[in-house]
Amino acid sequence: MKPGPYNQRDRQWQPAALTPDYKTSVSRSPQYSMISLETTVSEVTGPVFGHNDIDPLDRDLLGNFAKPGESPIGERIILHGRVLDENAKPVPNTLVEIWQANAGGRYRHRKDTYLAPIDPNFGGCGRTLTDKEGYYYFRTVKPGAYPWRNWVNSWRPAHVHISIFGSAFAQRLITQCYFEGDPLIAKCPIVNTIPDSEAIEQLIARLDLNATLPLDTIAYKLDIVLRGRRSTLFENRPEGN
Amino acid sequence: MRQHLDYLKETPSQTAGPYVHIGLAPGAAGFEIYKQELGRDIAGPNAAGERIRVEGRVIDGMGSPIKDVLLEAWQANANGIYAHPESEGDVEDGFRGWGRVITNFETGEWGFDTVKPGCVTDGNSSVMAPHVSLWIVARGINIGLHTRLYFEDERDANARDPVLNLIEWEHRRATLFAKRGERDGKTVYRFDIKLQGEDETVFFDI
Ligand SMILES: [Fe+3]
Repeated sequence: MKPGPYNQRDRQWQPAALTPDYKTSVSRSPQYSMISLETTVSEVTGPVFGHNDIDPLDRDLLGNFAKPGESPIGERIILHGRVLDENAKPVPNTLVEIWQANAGGRYRHRKDTYLAPIDPNFGGCGRTLTDKEGYYYFRTVKPGAYPWRNWVNSWRPAHVHISIFGSAFAQRLITQCYFEGDPLIAKCPIVNTIPDSEAIEQLIARLDLNATLPLDTIAYKLDIVLRGRRSTLFENRPEGN
Repeated sequence: MRQHLDYLKETPSQTAGPYVHIGLAPGAAGFEIYKQELGRDIAGPNAAGERIRVEGRVIDGMGSPIKDVLLEAWQANANGIYAHPESEGDVEDGFRGWGRVITNFETGEWGFDTVKPGCVTDGNSSVMAPHVSLWIVARGINIGLHTRLYFEDERDANARDPVLNLIEWEHRRATLFAKRGERDGKTVYRFDIKLQGEDETVFFDI
């Protein structure tokens, strides 16, 4: 059996392009139907990354921007989990990149003008490769909630943006990780672009006291699932071809 | 007993948001944090083939260029080989075939330098015309948009391309053709992506 095409995306599980409560989507959502395409070699391949591409410190947001001997303000957390595919197989050696606001809810970005201060010891981005078992971890601070212009009083729940490659361009994914217990999750029009409440649960990291470092860092766990592919049992060709 | 299929569900996508640059292209966004930023060189110095530049904008439904887009490109080399174990054959040392760019915050223009890819054989039969796969994320885009850039001057190969031929409306295929031009002796292909409107770019559910 050789690996075949990737499973089609479940478009009733994923958010639609047009989600009017998230206002920016209105003028940025294609209106014609997408053309469905069984994955070709152009989609079952994708960029390969190695340990030469990144630095081991890149995964440590507590240290990768801090002045020597200092560290960022905020609740120190470990964010960790596994990257799996839909067949529950680990996705090893894949690049995971994150970015986030600081503990006050402010991004180190020139377009972010929120009142909360920049933290001189916090950059707000990190990256790592999963290990053989698909496992990843980051050290960071828990980001703060922040206001944004959608309705007059819209606040994003605390979140970390996550980008994952997998081993094929077909698996490319960007998402956001939320934190268990946050009352803003249910109110958020961006969260609610996802139609299925069970699917939303997949983005909520759980408090993980077993991975917590006593008197140091509290842990949250989030597993990420990328598309899987079927094995080629039968060639999908008309007879005689 | 009820049988279960035991598949996991794909993690749902969320918008990359307005600050995607600090995560994926912090240098371009104005602060250097990594020793090495990824995706700045697609082809490397040793790649064979024609050196080209690809430029464009992403236009929203109001006709305005979007100024906070991040694009990723994925392509084969001039021999139609991808830098990936599932593509049969070798690529030049340093050829990666993958790049990432952000739009200019003032103008919405993006661009990258690369080599023109060759025809790609899929499986052992069908031949696809030279193309670059593009993936587009931004604030307001809930799940990354996949499209393909083809080259308008590859008329014969384009006419036989199995993916272009899936598009029932012939005039919509033209939204995937980059227009060849020249600047300072260098080949520049222009590729504007329209998210809405009569000439909306074709996007693929791959
Ligand atoms: Fe955010």
